Amino acid sequence: MSFEKFLFYAFSAVLIFAAVMVITRRNPVHSALYLVLAFFASAGVWLLAEAEFLAIVLVLVYVGAVMVLFLFVVMMLDVDQAAMRAGFIKMLPVGILIGLLIAGEIFMVVGPGTFGLDQVAAPERLPADAQNTAVLGSLLYTVYMYPFEVAAVLLLVAIIAAIGLTHRRRGDATKYIDVAKQVSVRKGEDRVKLVDVPSEEKMELK
Amino acid sequence: MTFDPMHLIPVAPELFLLTAACAILVIDLFLKDEQREATYILAQIALIGTASLALLVGGGERQVVFSGSVIRDGMTDLLKASICVIAFGAFLYAKEYLKDRNLFKGEFYTLGMFAVIGMLIMVSAGDFLTVYLGLELLSLSLYALVAFDRESGRGSEAAMKYFVLGAIASGMLLYGISMIYGATGSISFAGIAEAIANDAVNNTIMVFGTVFVVIGLAFKFGAVPFHMWAPDVYDGAPTAVTMIIASAPKIAAVAMAIRILGEGLGGINADWQGMLVILAVLSMALGNVVAIAQSNIKRMLAYSTISHVGFIFLGLLAGSQSGYASAMFYAITYALTALGAFGIIILLSRKGFEADRLDDFRGLNQRSPWFAAMMLLLMFSMAGVPPTVGFFAKLFVLEAAIRVDLTWLAIVAVFFSVIGAFYYLRIVKLMYFDKPADSAPLQAGMDTQIALSVNGLAMLALGIYPAGLMAWCVAAVA
Repeated sequence: MSFEKFLFYAFSAVLIFAAVMVITRRNPVHSALYLVLAFFASAGVWLLAEAEFLAIVLVLVYVGAVMVLFLFVVMMLDVDQAAMRAGFIKMLPVGILIGLLIAGEIFMVVGPGTFGLDQVAAPERLPADAQNTAVLGSLLYTVYMYPFEVAAVLLLVAIIAAIGLTHRRRGDATKYIDVAKQVSVRKGEDRVKLVDVPSEEKMELK
Repeated sequence: MTFDPMHLIPVAPELFLLTAACAILVIDLFLKDEQREATYILAQIALIGTASLALLVGGGERQVVFSGSVIRDGMTDLLKASICVIAFGAFLYAKEYLKDRNLFKGEFYTLGMFAVIGMLIMVSAGDFLTVYLGLELLSLSLYALVAFDRESGRGSEAAMKYFVLGAIASGMLLYGISMIYGATGSISFAGIAEAIANDAVNNTIMVFGTVFVVIGLAFKFGAVPFHMWAPDVYDGAPTAVTMIIASAPKIAAVAMAIRILGEGLGGINADWQGMLVILAVLSMALGNVVAIAQSNIKRMLAYSTISHVGFIFLGLLAGSQSGYASAMFYAITYALTALGAFGIIILLSRKGFEADRLDDFRGLNQRSPWFAAMMLLLMFSMAGVPPTVGFFAKLFVLEAAIRVDLTWLAIVAVFFSVIGAFYYLRIVKLMYFDKPADSAPLQAGMDTQIALSVNGLAMLALGIYPAGLMAWCVAAVA
């Protein structure tokens, strides 16, 4: 077994282990951390496939930004474990059965019989000075320009949706301090209020 | 690749609507609540403009631009215009409903317009990447719209279900696409068709990928057994949003199916035909039978949609020109019918009262004979009673199925549509032969009344003269 092959199997094993842990852990924080591990392992696999830029972006964007945010959310939310587990055991046999069925089918199709090296030849090694960042960039802005723009619109919709669903205009419950109003207070009439109180009649004692 | 500004002309409708939606998004920020009507009017103008642009830049030769990402042909012209018209109707009916429920906000219109942009992109997509992004644009806008009423717990629940199941469906679709890419080395529909024609693909991988793509499509259509989200989402979402979900996206889904299955995977027609037969039979059976048991009209219409999706599949699975044309005809007319039916539900509901039970239709004839007649036409059309357009829509898909020697399937379809007629006619019975439970007069603006009348009468007009639209559909797929 070549060293490269060994690396591939090592990363893949870690990836599968981490993925299984993500869905079986009780504590959502643990799940999120295993997901980070899964991202690292798949970044390793991508590196082996000579997609260096994508591998680095996966770590930077997913691990560095998305998962950190995700962890914040998971820690902030008070997830009710009992409610989430309800019906888990009841559904488990069906889930396992379907899962195994699909996994078996996938293995039959994606196995060496159809995707082996004798069926699909391994791509040629890129020269040492190959620039896959430059290639990605130029493809993204030429051939895939239209989908790229659509993806931008998609992000805009995500922003609108997120703000639309969470932004609440607070009513009178919150008292804001308006600095401009405070500053423009005039000395005489605004600060002191003279109230004309009618004098009381002398009370009679009984 | 050199950039030619002429390439922008085929995408002019999308560009116009996107610009308009962004402009309206900003303008809306500066409006006071009592000026919100301006947002509505601008959105409607934008939709009309988009529809006319789609027809204006249309016609003539098929154009493929943006390195194959965008196709403009007869199908895009027709479907883009009809999607905009349906969305126009939905915005119009929704206005009073939203005002009564304190939901009359700019986001409804901007998200609605972005959903329309997503549909337009799906209709004219030339490769898997573009069609997927269009689909996500549509879905994301719809998820947000379902949860639009933040006070409503059921709305949030429905949005969550829709979101989770939609994400699974997207995952399935992407997995299938990756398999097809693995087998053919291309994500453009033309490239895939070419690879299949050259016999350079491994058939096992292709069929495996196609299964997942069809599952993704079935999820988005709401076909049995991937229909579970439909009743809950239809029921939980505000009626104005249900109206949008139930109408225009079906047209976009048909376009997506024709592009993927017809243009891309047309060479392995025999393989996906069997899958669609199963989906069609199950959808027609379950949709029509379960709809009978519903007492909530929104749920009933959800199951009715499922059964209609079965009919649309009947046209698609034929895999012939006439089959695609009939599926397109069916989707357009169904979207129009569903729009009208939800319009009537909105007409019956008012502040603090949702007319979502079948009983709310009792004695509608005594309250308003005219709108009872409109609902009668819409229900007849859904049931497929001549001379309404629903009859011809069903006739065309059945004919397409018989032409490819699937007579047994046509018989099954007729059988289930007869069962389905029961629950449509039950509404007619409630409207005409029962005492009204509620004698409050119907309140609706003049615009809603006119639009509903046009919508109802269109059922009859298209039914008496279906040849025009059908000829357009046939020309679109040719």
